[in-house]
Amino acid sequence: MVSHKKSGLQTIKFENPPVLTAWATIVGPKEGEGPWRSDFDWVLGDYEFGEKTWEMAESKLLRETVKLALSKKNYQPQDIELMVSGDLLNQITSSSFAARELQIPFLGMYGACSTMAEALLTAAMAIDGGYFERVVAAVSSHHYTAERQFRFPTEQGTQRSMSSQWTVTGAGAVVLEKGIYGGPRVTCATIGRIVDLGQKDANNMGSAMAPAAADTIKMHLSDTNRPSDYYDLIVTGDLGKVGSALVKQLFVKYGIVPEPNYSDCGVLMFNDTQDVHAGGSGCGCSAAMLCGPLLKKMMQGKIERLLLVATGALMSPTTSFQGESIPGIAHAVALENL
Amino acid sequence: MNTSADQLKKIEAQEYEDLVNQIKPKTPIVKNCIWAFMVGGLICTLGQVIMNFFSAQGLSKLDAGSATAVVLVFLAALFTGLGWYDVLGKHAGAGSIVPITGFANAIVASAMEFKREGYIFGVGARIFSVAGPTLVFGFAVSVVIGLIKVVFG
Repeated sequence: MVSHKKSGLQTIKFENPPVLTAWATIVGPKEGEGPWRSDFDWVLGDYEFGEKTWEMAESKLLRETVKLALSKKNYQPQDIELMVSGDLLNQITSSSFAARELQIPFLGMYGACSTMAEALLTAAMAIDGGYFERVVAAVSSHHYTAERQFRFPTEQGTQRSMSSQWTVTGAGAVVLEKGIYGGPRVTCATIGRIVDLGQKDANNMGSAMAPAAADTIKMHLSDTNRPSDYYDLIVTGDLGKVGSALVKQLFVKYGIVPEPNYSDCGVLMFNDTQDVHAGGSGCGCSAAMLCGPLLKKMMQGKIERLLLVATGALMSPTTSFQGESIPGIAHAVALENL
Repeated sequence: MNTSADQLKKIEAQEYEDLVNQIKPKTPIVKNCIWAFMVGGLICTLGQVIMNFFSAQGLSKLDAGSATAVVLVFLAALFTGLGWYDVLGKHAGAGSIVPITGFANAIVASAMEFKREGYIFGVGARIFSVAGPTLVFGFAVSVVIGLIKVVFG
């Protein structure tokens, strides 16, 4: 029997939609030079953040972002019942090291760059399931920790491919609460399936993820029986310029027409002059855009209904070297001002 | 049944591959080649200048060559440490990777990167993580050439 909280094949709907009561984002210097500087809570002056290693800097970035989000509602870490968090590093150490300090019960997530949506929908399920009343969902990524894990040493004189993307240094944290407060609510979410059309180029992850994004959006719209213009904005996580051009082609194939209300966080994050080639990527890309400009616009009523479709490329350097193709995934989370 | 599904998947993947190739930005090959030619050429010219200098100081051709290599490797290591070589490499591509300076850059960049994991498991273990293949195949080829020389020489 299908649960009454499920709609269609892949979509869950929340009976009492959890509310986003507070959120925060801290980003790196390069992100601060982009078009959204004033929408981020804090732009770091450097990539070390007072730490000895980039890994610890990323963990601090995540920790401080969570603290900042909590402080907006005058909460202390002990007021939060659950932290759902993830990042890009091996064994998601940025998250677990942040949780070590915060001492909030912790569930680690890995969905590569799709983790923000994965964490949000998991947190929302935990609340609407009746288990928790106050949960924080957070993710981070750091340009240099990702570079050294997935690519080359940072001082290596390599030439980046034109289709490659720039991992965003940034973290986003959202406090979700049982729906007695005003604010944007998580009304439903679509859990994506892995779509792999055989793309192998780790320097072109937008292409690997675009089919997953199109698939999830298609499933979401058919599961919820909503037309694509139901949303003021459908925003994918980090397809970048190449991936979002591809996803538009796939929309045509699937008969979805989301333009002009479709965009991509990876395209939006940087200015063209910032030499990031195909745009931004990483968990922090969709997280910073969501917790910065997008939720701000929702509070101002400029966006009433937002579909965040965070996209992830679930490969590792090992599988890439072994010649395996890149499994793509995308999860969609609907945020609405009710 | 299964095979036709497989075939369909293959066709879909191929269709998508074609779409990707159509959309993804083209590598600016001509621009990259000009950059690589100019920078690579300049590095080699610099090497020649240094070599002429050492020769003029009375070193034999072989010794002058070795001394030149030492100087070039030192300069590349220094510029890597100062964070300049990767900026050059971004534009020059092969022009700054292929000369001996690129080899120095690969080693120093790795050493800098992995210093935080300590001197044994970081620097020691990972210093050749990028330059390693050059060494391995360099050695392999030298063995082959050695054998050829033994057999035919």
